[in-house]
Amino acid sequence: MKARFSINSRNLPTLFTLGLFVIMFAVGSLSFPGFLSPQNFLNLFIDNSYLLILGVGMTFVIISGGIDLSVGSVLAFSTMLSSSLLEKSHWDPLLVIPVVLLAGVALGLFMGYIIQAFDLPPFIITLAGLYLARGLCYVVSIDTIGISNQFWQDAAHAQWNVIGQNFISPSVVIGAVVVIAGVFISRSTKFGRTVYAIGGNEQSAILMGLPVARTKVMIYGLSGFCSALAGIVFTFYTLSGYALNGKGMEMDAIATVVIGGTLLTGGVGGVFGTVFGVLVYGTIQILIVFQGTLNSWWTRIAIGFLVFLFCLLQRVFESRKVGKAKKPEAKVPAKSPS
Amino acid sequence: MAWWKYVSSRKIFWPLVALAVLMAFNLFFTPKFFRIEVKEGHLYGNVIDIIKNSAPIMLLAIGLTLVIATKGIDISVGSIVAISAGVVAMLLGGDLLGVPKYPIWIAMGTAILVSVLAGMWNGMLVSRIGMQPIIATLILSVAGRGIAMVTTNALIVWLYIKPFRIYGQGYLLGLPFSLYIIAVLLILTALVTRRTALGLFIEAVGINPTAARFAGINAKNIIFGVYAFSGFCAGISGLIVCSTVMSADGNNAGAGYELSAILAVVLGGTSLNGGKFYLLGSMVGALIVQTLTTTIYAFGVPPEIAQVVIALVVLVISLLQSGKFRTMIAGFFGKRELAI
Repeated sequence: MKARFSINSRNLPTLFTLGLFVIMFAVGSLSFPGFLSPQNFLNLFIDNSYLLILGVGMTFVIISGGIDLSVGSVLAFSTMLSSSLLEKSHWDPLLVIPVVLLAGVALGLFMGYIIQAFDLPPFIITLAGLYLARGLCYVVSIDTIGISNQFWQDAAHAQWNVIGQNFISPSVVIGAVVVIAGVFISRSTKFGRTVYAIGGNEQSAILMGLPVARTKVMIYGLSGFCSALAGIVFTFYTLSGYALNGKGMEMDAIATVVIGGTLLTGGVGGVFGTVFGVLVYGTIQILIVFQGTLNSWWTRIAIGFLVFLFCLLQRVFESRKVGKAKKPEAKVPAKSPS
Repeated sequence: MAWWKYVSSRKIFWPLVALAVLMAFNLFFTPKFFRIEVKEGHLYGNVIDIIKNSAPIMLLAIGLTLVIATKGIDISVGSIVAISAGVVAMLLGGDLLGVPKYPIWIAMGTAILVSVLAGMWNGMLVSRIGMQPIIATLILSVAGRGIAMVTTNALIVWLYIKPFRIYGQGYLLGLPFSLYIIAVLLILTALVTRRTALGLFIEAVGINPTAARFAGINAKNIIFGVYAFSGFCAGISGLIVCSTVMSADGNNAGAGYELSAILAVVLGGTSLNGGKFYLLGSMVGALIVQTLTTTIYAFGVPPEIAQVVIALVVLVISLLQSGKFRTMIAGFFGKRELAI
């Protein structure tokens, strides 16, 4: 029994997040009538599927020890590009989707290539990417573009019943497919294992003969793909392209990943935890809506605080690990003047 | 050619060359760019505008220079600007007759205090908890927008208090008043860092924190201090932003300033890898960023699209700082090393 528990301790952060979600949902159910319903639970997925998709891409980036600040802007660019191609150029939806996804991948690969080939810090390149993509939105159009395309309208209004009268939207299905694909890629493919290896120790990964350079570029390509897909899903909600969409969403995506138990230092974590991260995020949002008097900006503050809390937890876990590893030397008073 | 070697080896040389090239471009392509007029005892003109408009970025760049010198980064400065502007606006109140709710000095003092606290929060996360600077400051950069919006009740607060105008719009001896604020802060910072060992300590922490610690430098406190100072600079910058437009907009005040400020610092010759800093260079860098923006506007490009150009310049500058890129270019030209 004890051995079994110690294996599970690797999943401890994820379990912690699951517990947090259950507690928050319970508090909501006890405080507000109508909170506890199957539909309200499904709404968490319906309202946040774009964030789930962003989170999956971001999980890979963070596991590899990198960071991608451009996701919110790439999402916005993807909403602009798809709405402009649909409404102004009257392209076929089946052509628009691949083109938009390709544009996202291209942006991601571009950033990944610069980061990898020239050994530059990911945050500065993706920060530049953030402003680049945001600016490209305005190149497409300064104004909001509404989408009246039938395919998009259908996708936006479709409701599929799952349990009785409770429904999900196509976005949820897309989100679920991305999560399953993400779990599969991270656990069962060469690419996925290399991502973990890079995050654990890049030098070792290179010495092991893993294709580190190629994988690092591909990680940012994957994140770009997820951002573009999330953008398309986002237009299913808003039925419009707007250049200010997804402002600050990079923080939301990073938050869901961190809350989901992925270590910011890389190497540890998983796609599945991110799902719980999104659930926690969504619950905070509904709690604030149900509460009624707080303005929606409190969500941002609450999320910032949660990220802080989880980073703190991660540090505690890490220092414990280091403490355990170094215990034999602990008697030597190696304290330095700081 | 000894003089050439001397001049070109000065750290300020290349930033100044870049500024001169931009100016020369404007001399030929933007009509009336260099015209300076005297109106009501003040100097007016594009060049004066550039100096005036670059004031908030210059202030941010002073703080950020020290942060980047410790191999850190602070992307929360834009949000701290918004918080500072929000606090001062709420304390002064939007009274139409121009009667401040609290005395101006109390309002400004509180705004700066709140900004320093925000900076100390960043410093605590980085130095005590050991978070990566980018994550620590990202938290405040997003949550800070929320704080600014909550401070102003998600409204744009307009101010009608005349004496508060001077910080962003006033003139002293014909020059923008904000310039004097920057000059004082810059000289004080330069004195404290270059006439004492503090500057060396900061650079030592940027090169190798562990080695610095073993050399007896209190690395944690140095890191804590630079983030707090960055918050302080952002607070003053927020006051000037608020005074310039006489309003506080939690959502848009200081938006995107972090990138401009980082660009200014990097253009000025401070390396993103930490270990060396150059305050005067950062000031020239801020002028370059503003001149670039003004030039783009002068061509009738909307401000939003100007971001693309700034982002591309950041990319190019980062590439130039990358050792790998230099060797690649040098190999391309058949030389071993570039002169830069």
